[in-house]
Amino acid sequence: MALAKLKQDVTDARLAAVSLPEGAAWINAARNDALTRVAAMGLPTRRDEYWKYTDPSSITAVDAPQAAILDNDEGPLFADVDRVKIVFVDGVFDEDASDDLTAEGVTIERLADVAASDIHWAKDLYGVLEARGQKPVARPLAALNTATATDGVVIRVTAKAEKPINLIYLHNDASSDAVLHNLVKVEAGAEVTLLETGPAASRFSKLLEVDVAEGAAFHHVRAQGRDHERRAVTHCFARIEKEATFKSFTLTFNGVLTRNECVLEIIGDDASAHVAGACVGDGKDFHHDDTVFITHDAVNCESRQVFKKVLRNGATGVFQGKILVKEGAQKTDGYQISQSLLLDDDSQFLAKPELEIYADDVACSHGSTSGAIDEDALFYLRSRGVPEKIARNMLTLSFLAEALEEIADEGLAEELRDRLESWLNRHS
Amino acid sequence: MLEIKGLEVKLEEEDKQILKGVDLSIAPGTVHAIMGPNGSGKSTLSYVLSGKDGYDVIGGEATLDGEDLLELEPEERAAMGLFLAFQYPVEIPGVGNMTFLRTAVNAQRKARGEDELSAGDFLKVVREKAKSLKIDADMLKRPVNMGFSGGEKKRNEILQMAMLEPKMCVLDETDSGLDVDAMKLVADGVNALRSEGRSFLVITHYQRLLDHIKPDIVHIMADGRIVKSGGPELALEVENNGYADILSEVA
Ligand SMILES: Nc1ncnc2c1ncn2[C@@H]1O[C@H](COP(=O)(O)OP(=O)(O)OP(=O)(O)O)[C@@H](O)[C@H]1O
Ligand SMILES: [Mg+2]
Repeated sequence: MALAKLKQDVTDARLAAVSLPEGAAWINAARNDALTRVAAMGLPTRRDEYWKYTDPSSITAVDAPQAAILDNDEGPLFADVDRVKIVFVDGVFDEDASDDLTAEGVTIERLADVAASDIHWAKDLYGVLEARGQKPVARPLAALNTATATDGVVIRVTAKAEKPINLIYLHNDASSDAVLHNLVKVEAGAEVTLLETGPAASRFSKLLEVDVAEGAAFHHVRAQGRDHERRAVTHCFARIEKEATFKSFTLTFNGVLTRNECVLEIIGDDASAHVAGACVGDGKDFHHDDTVFITHDAVNCESRQVFKKVLRNGATGVFQGKILVKEGAQKTDGYQISQSLLLDDDSQFLAKPELEIYADDVACSHGSTSGAIDEDALFYLRSRGVPEKIARNMLTLSFLAEALEEIADEGLAEELRDRLESWLNRHS
Repeated sequence: MLEIKGLEVKLEEEDKQILKGVDLSIAPGTVHAIMGPNGSGKSTLSYVLSGKDGYDVIGGEATLDGEDLLELEPEERAAMGLFLAFQYPVEIPGVGNMTFLRTAVNAQRKARGEDELSAGDFLKVVREKAKSLKIDADMLKRPVNMGFSGGEKKRNEILQMAMLEPKMCVLDETDSGLDVDAMKLVADGVNALRSEGRSFLVITHYQRLLDHIKPDIVHIMADGRIVKSGGPELALEVENNGYADILSEVA
C-alpha cells in the first residue's frame, strides 16, 4: 500500500540523506533489510495513532536541531561505583576516556569492530529483536537505527558479571546527531547490570537489544538528563526466556523531547519483566513520552510497569503502555501504573493504558492518575516545622518512590534519589 | 503564653462564619481543656492557630508570647513552639516516619539558630521516647501514619510532640479512638512533658482523659464561642448532664 503523502515525503527526504555504513556481509544484509523496513513502513508523522501525543518531526527531519550544553556543577553519576566505563562523546566511542573493556564474566566489544568480523554471534541478535518488535505496532525509527548505526557495544555475559558496565554518553557538540546500537546477550544463569548515563547528543537515537536466556538476570539503570534542548528517541527490545529476570529503570531530567520505547517479549515460563521510569520536567517545551509494549507468551510470568512523572510550568508527559497476553499465557500477573504529579494547571499528562488478553486465567491490572500535591499532607509536614519548599520536595520525592523502588541495587537507587532531590531544589 | 482575643473566622470558599469571637488566655505552665458539641468550631480553632489554608480571619487576634501568630507561615509557628496533635493525623505514603521526624526536628532547630541533631543522637532519643509510648521499631520505619491503627496514629502524634518539645501544645481529641491502656500511655506522655514553661490546650469530649491530665481550666465552646469557663468540675458536669443545661443557662 502506498504511504500517505506527508509520510512519503518525510521518509524520502530522510532516506535520501542516509548512506549505509559498510561492514561484513551479515551486517550489510541486516542494515539493508532494516532500510527496506523503514521504506515500507515510512517514518512516523503526527498523524500516526502511535505518535498522537508526541510530534516526531524534529526526529525525522534531515538535520538535527541545535541543543545548547547546559552548565551544571554536578559531578558524573555513579563515580564511586566500581564499574567498567565505556564513554561515547556525541555518539563516538572515546577509547582514552574509557576503561579497558574487560571484566570477569563478560566480553565487551565495539559494534564497529564486530561489524567488520565475517563471523560473529551478534548476527543472531543485531536487528533481530527489533524486526520482531515491528509487530503489531510499527517502529520505523528503530529500523532506521539498525540501518544506520555505526557504533555501540556488543556485550556477552557468561556468568555473574564482576561489576556493572556503564555506558557514558557525553554531549559536547551543540549540533551532534548520534546513533548508537547496543546488544546484550545474557546467557543462561548469567547476570549483569548495565548503567547508562549522560545527555548523549543534541539528537540521539539509541537502540538496545537484549536477550535474557534461561534463568539469567538483566538489570538496567539509566539516567538521561541535563541538557534542556536535547532530543532522544530510544528503544529497548528484550526477549525474556524461562525463569529469567529483566529489570529496567530510567530516570529522565529535562529534554524538549524524549521518547523511550520499551518492547518486551516474555517467551519462557516463570519469567519476570519490570520496566519503570521517573521523570521530572520543567517548562512548556519539556516533553517526555514512555511507550511500553509487553507481550506475555508463556505461563506463570509476571510483568510490572511503574511510571511516574513530575511536571511543572506547562510540561507535558505521555504514557502509552500495553500488556498483551497471548492465548495460552495462563497465570499471567500483569501490573501497570502510570501517574503524574502536576505541579500547576498548565502542565499535562496524556495516558493511554491498554490491556489485550487472550487467556482466561490471568490477573492484570492497570491504573493511571494525574494529581496535585496533597494539601493535607503538605500542611501536616509544615505544621511540624518543615519549611514549605522542603515539604513540597519531600512529597514530590515520595510520589516518585514507587518507581525508584524498582531499582534492585539500594546504592544506585540512593544516588538517583539524591540527584532528584537536587534537581527539585534547583527547580522550585 | 497564648492570647486569643475576639477571634472571628470564616471559610475562605464559602460565606460561612465558624468562629464568632473566641477569647482565650493561657498562662505558661497551665493546662486548659476545651469541650463542646460536635461542629462548634474546636478543630477550626486549632487549625487557624497552626496556620492551615482555607480560612479567613475576619476579626480579632492570636499571639504566642506576644508575637502575632496569624501572620506567620505554619512552619514558623511550629518553630516558635506551637504544636497541634491532629484529630485526624494524615497518612503520607513514601515519606518514612524517621526521615519526617528528623527533618522536622532539625528544621525547627535550624530556624531557631540551634545546631542540628546528628543522626546518631537523633536515633537514640527517638528510640527511647518511642519505647515509652510503646511504638515499635517497625512503626518508625514505615511511611508516616501508613497502616497505623487509629490509636497508633494518636500515639505517633505524641511521639512527635515529645521530639519537638513545643511550648504550646494543642491536642485535638487525642483521646478518641484510644483504648484504656493507650489512653494511659498518651496521658503519661503528656504529663511527662508538663513543665513550668509549657502549656496545653486539650480538646476533648470526655472526662476520662482529664482524669489523667488534670486541667486547670475547662472551657465550653458552642457555636464558635467560648460560652463558659470554669474549673475541672465543669468537665464532670458535662460528663453527667451533657451540654443542654450549660447552653440554656448561657443563652
Ligand atoms: N473546610 C470546611 N468546609 C466546610 N465546612 C467546614 C469546614 N471546616 C469546618 N467546617 C464546618 O465548621 C464547623 C466547625 O467544625 P469543626 O471541625 O471546627 O468542629 P469541632 O468542634 O471540631 O467538631 P467535632 O467535635 O465533631 O470534632 C462545622 O459545622 C463544620 O462542618
Ligand atoms: Mg474537631
